[in-house]
Amino acid sequence: MRLSTGGRIDRSTPLAFTWDGRAMTGYAGDSIASALLANGVKIVARSFKYHRPRGIWGAWVDEPNAVVDVVWQGQHDPNARATLVPLRDGMAVRGVNAFPSVSFDLFGAIDAFSQFLPAGFYYKTFKWPNWQHYEPRIRAMAGLGRVGHQRDTRAYETRHAKCDLLIVGGGPAGLAALRAAAAGGLSVMLADDQPALGGSLLTDTAEIDGTDGLAWVAAVARQGQVLSGTTVFGAYDDGSYGLLEARNHAPAGWGQARLWVVRAAKVIFATGAIERPLVFPDNDRPGIMSADAVRRFLRGQAVLPGRSVVVATNNDSAYATAHALQEAGASVVVADARAVPGAIADGLRVLPGTVPLGTGGRRGVSWVDLGPQDGARRERMPVDLLAVSGGWSPAVHLFSQGGGALRWDIERVAFVPEGGATVAGSITGATDLPTCLAQGHAAGLAAAGGGDLGAPYSPPAPAAGAVLPLWQIGTSRRRQWVDLQNDVTAKDVGLAAAEGYRSVEHLKRYTTLGMATDQGKTSNVNGLALLAAATGRSIAEVGTTKFRPPFTPVPLAALAGSRFDRLVAPLRELPVHHDHLALGAEMRDYGGWARPACYQQIGEPVAAAIAREADNARARLGVFDGSSLGKIEVHGPDAAAFLNLIYYNEVANLRPGRLRYCLVLRETGVVFDDGVVGRLAADRYLLSPSSSHTAGVLAMLQAWHQLEYPAMQVAFHDVTAAWATFAVSGPRARALMQQLGSSVDVSDAGLPHMAVADGSVQGVTCRIARVSFTGDASYEISVPTGYATALWRHLLDLGAPLGMMPYGIEALSVLRAEKGYILIGTDTDGMTLPVDLGLDGPLRAKQVDFVGKRSLMTPDAKRADRRQFVGLLPEDANAVPAVGSHAVAGPREARRSLGWVTSACMSPVLKRSIALGMIEGGRARLGETVELFHLGKISRATICAPVFVDPAGERLHG
Amino acid sequence: MLLLPCPHCGLRDEPEFSFGGEPAIRPVPASTVDDATWADYVYLRQNEKGAHREIWCHSGGCGQWFVLTRDTVTHAVIAP
Repeated sequence: MRLSTGGRIDRSTPLAFTWDGRAMTGYAGDSIASALLANGVKIVARSFKYHRPRGIWGAWVDEPNAVVDVVWQGQHDPNARATLVPLRDGMAVRGVNAFPSVSFDLFGAIDAFSQFLPAGFYYKTFKWPNWQHYEPRIRAMAGLGRVGHQRDTRAYETRHAKCDLLIVGGGPAGLAALRAAAAGGLSVMLADDQPALGGSLLTDTAEIDGTDGLAWVAAVARQGQVLSGTTVFGAYDDGSYGLLEARNHAPAGWGQARLWVVRAAKVIFATGAIERPLVFPDNDRPGIMSADAVRRFLRGQAVLPGRSVVVATNNDSAYATAHALQEAGASVVVADARAVPGAIADGLRVLPGTVPLGTGGRRGVSWVDLGPQDGARRERMPVDLLAVSGGWSPAVHLFSQGGGALRWDIERVAFVPEGGATVAGSITGATDLPTCLAQGHAAGLAAAGGGDLGAPYSPPAPAAGAVLPLWQIGTSRRRQWVDLQNDVTAKDVGLAAAEGYRSVEHLKRYTTLGMATDQGKTSNVNGLALLAAATGRSIAEVGTTKFRPPFTPVPLAALAGSRFDRLVAPLRELPVHHDHLALGAEMRDYGGWARPACYQQIGEPVAAAIAREADNARARLGVFDGSSLGKIEVHGPDAAAFLNLIYYNEVANLRPGRLRYCLVLRETGVVFDDGVVGRLAADRYLLSPSSSHTAGVLAMLQAWHQLEYPAMQVAFHDVTAAWATFAVSGPRARALMQQLGSSVDVSDAGLPHMAVADGSVQGVTCRIARVSFTGDASYEISVPTGYATALWRHLLDLGAPLGMMPYGIEALSVLRAEKGYILIGTDTDGMTLPVDLGLDGPLRAKQVDFVGKRSLMTPDAKRADRRQFVGLLPEDANAVPAVGSHAVAGPREARRSLGWVTSACMSPVLKRSIALGMIEGGRARLGETVELFHLGKISRATICAPVFVDPAGERLHG
Repeated sequence: MLLLPCPHCGLRDEPEFSFGGEPAIRPVPASTVDDATWADYVYLRQNEKGAHREIWCHSGGCGQWFVLTRDTVTHAVIAP
């Protein structure tokens, strides 16, 4: 219930929301969790494995149960943590892992079978060979929320920042550090994950430097860059940190979350501590809460979660909660496990040497049995709230991620950081405000190295009593829960230990203790203490699991920021992109370039368009936009010698003005790329790598130059974007070129096949190359990109009377398949050597030690049964075999794959289907028939040479 | 996110770099070495725990390749 006064909520701003469809009201300043508690909601979730009803335990990142499904303004968060999400007007909140609702869950019956679901049940039962039958059912029964299919339209941004000092945590210690470091002249960033700064000062009023604690907070906060609502989720290498700033109050479109990548020279962890539960029978009922969380809800949102309360503790801290509850009008009994309570018990009813021995209540705790640990006697008390404190675990997660060492402190009963001046506050195990302030001040001063103002002053606190180590209460047959989020009990930990899982890391993986969204923030220490007891070791010997980023879940969308779709993989457009569109081009993504697949006429199917374009290019004339083809210029006195060390083919003896088709290999001998190498002058080459390999070839040239041949005088320049290139191909290509009006002699004698010449057209620099990927006479005309549109339109005008049509990539792929020209990455793969392609001339003739040469001389490279590039003539001339079909042969018992189809199409020239493939020992099998197997269907094809049209190459000369 | 020392540009953020793996000395002249030596150069790396020589390229910056020694346990750059 909500109190009529107090709290940091705005009662003038009511917020309407729904819980499992029921209308409720909260206030500005509420979290979803506090609003649910204020509305009397006890059951907020069904547990992960057993579908047990669960309530809210904590008030912070430690909350294991209250994972909810939130829809707000059309955006869906399937696994929101109710304690961390501020309530908004119009939110629709639902429980997860339950049907139809957490209040009445049909799967709740599973709990009755829990004795059949021990630790490791999953691994022992659901295994090969029938795993695939169990998996979907388990997924339906267990787990958390369901991801929606709507696109997340919220904006996520990324920022980079650097500072002298990053302080993690905006409580008294962190702020005292900020104050001292700022006074010493450091640039300081302070990140705090709560909506408001102040940490414990938000819950417990205090006086600092003679003023109210929160007034002191406000004054100190002005001394650095303070990020509220910002979680430091990861400590990474070399002082880098990942921060997630929740911008819950930003209007739609203004950035709902911001990822910070901060590089800090120094860091101070003032990350606080997390209250531990006590492990006692039936300790998971709704209404059993962290004592600290009860006080936070009471002071923060004026929520009183119960009126008849037992506070069970083994330390002093819960007494503050008992006092606060009593002040708010609740009846309170303190069950203190210690024989001699340490804290001031003014006006409280305290039962020393008393622990909870069991609880009852079907939909929430309704009674608790109290008595001594040995259970010698017990007294049943009716309650509607059981507030528990099992001591404190310093929040060492980030400190440990950053490489910090931990030590088990017997006195404080906690793993504490051995961090010196990089830690301050309750992360060190400190429990009182003056100590936290002094530690923060000392840490800030140490970071700044001077400028001492003196530590902030707060009146001394009474001496704290000792914490009683208390890891498991009683030996009842009732379950004693260790990890509420993963439904792990004390018995499960014992079973894992008995089965030999002695390492805490193995315990985690076997029982799932400490997994999922809370990562064991409440269960870790209790779990390893039980493991220590079960294996006869000390807690220090058992140690903790490794802390890894992230500290709390981070949405993938926040990590991606704006890096998605075309912003992460931009699609490059050709210089005459819009002219292609005007011609009806179907643009597709080919290796990062938007290129015309084909140019469809109105009502024309794609396949018909491809066939028409290919046919026309063979019979008459076609024009193709080759602007995306790579152009790398290589200059320098050593250009020829260097390229000869890189390329498979001989390129040093190329005469200026000549072109040669060449391969580039990796050092493994595998073909990396192919392309035409042209020599423009004695010291100047032009390389044409594949469109999608240009960057890779350039990187390879630079790496080999720098790492292997640094003394050679050679430089590389990618000029791909500087030139637009169009190819005209077909029997009428020369006729068109002669009308173009360029200064280049385009006769077969003046510019023969595989020649290149610079010249001009209309007074503009141009380069014309006789190179063909179609098998017909072809001319590639390049002009500076700014003249692309003029040249393209000029070519279309000149070509129209000659019957010219533009052709796209798909038609080109057909034309080159008829000729058996390979497409790298299509006909070749990561095992293809040049000899497999029938290109063994350079290996025999070239003396230079080019890249990959030695790998071509190994026994593996010389095997006779290597897969070789061949043609395949399908028996059914009208059926195009699927690319990837396996060629199988051999008698029934020894049938096996000899290789596969790499390209296949209908040939416009032959009017039949043709295919290319890689077949084991293929060149020795010409004329043999193989069966092509694809998805259970078999067709037949005859192995032939990989050239179907014009084997003599006469068409190249036009 | 490491800070790596580019010989031209100084300490820069890791995303600006490409990793080139462990440097391997190319046996030359390659045609004279036996298959095992060549395979060792092409395929085998030591992958040391601790001090580890590796090559990086400041590909998002000046394009320079360089060798450094890094501790594969602590990730610390030991020697540029």
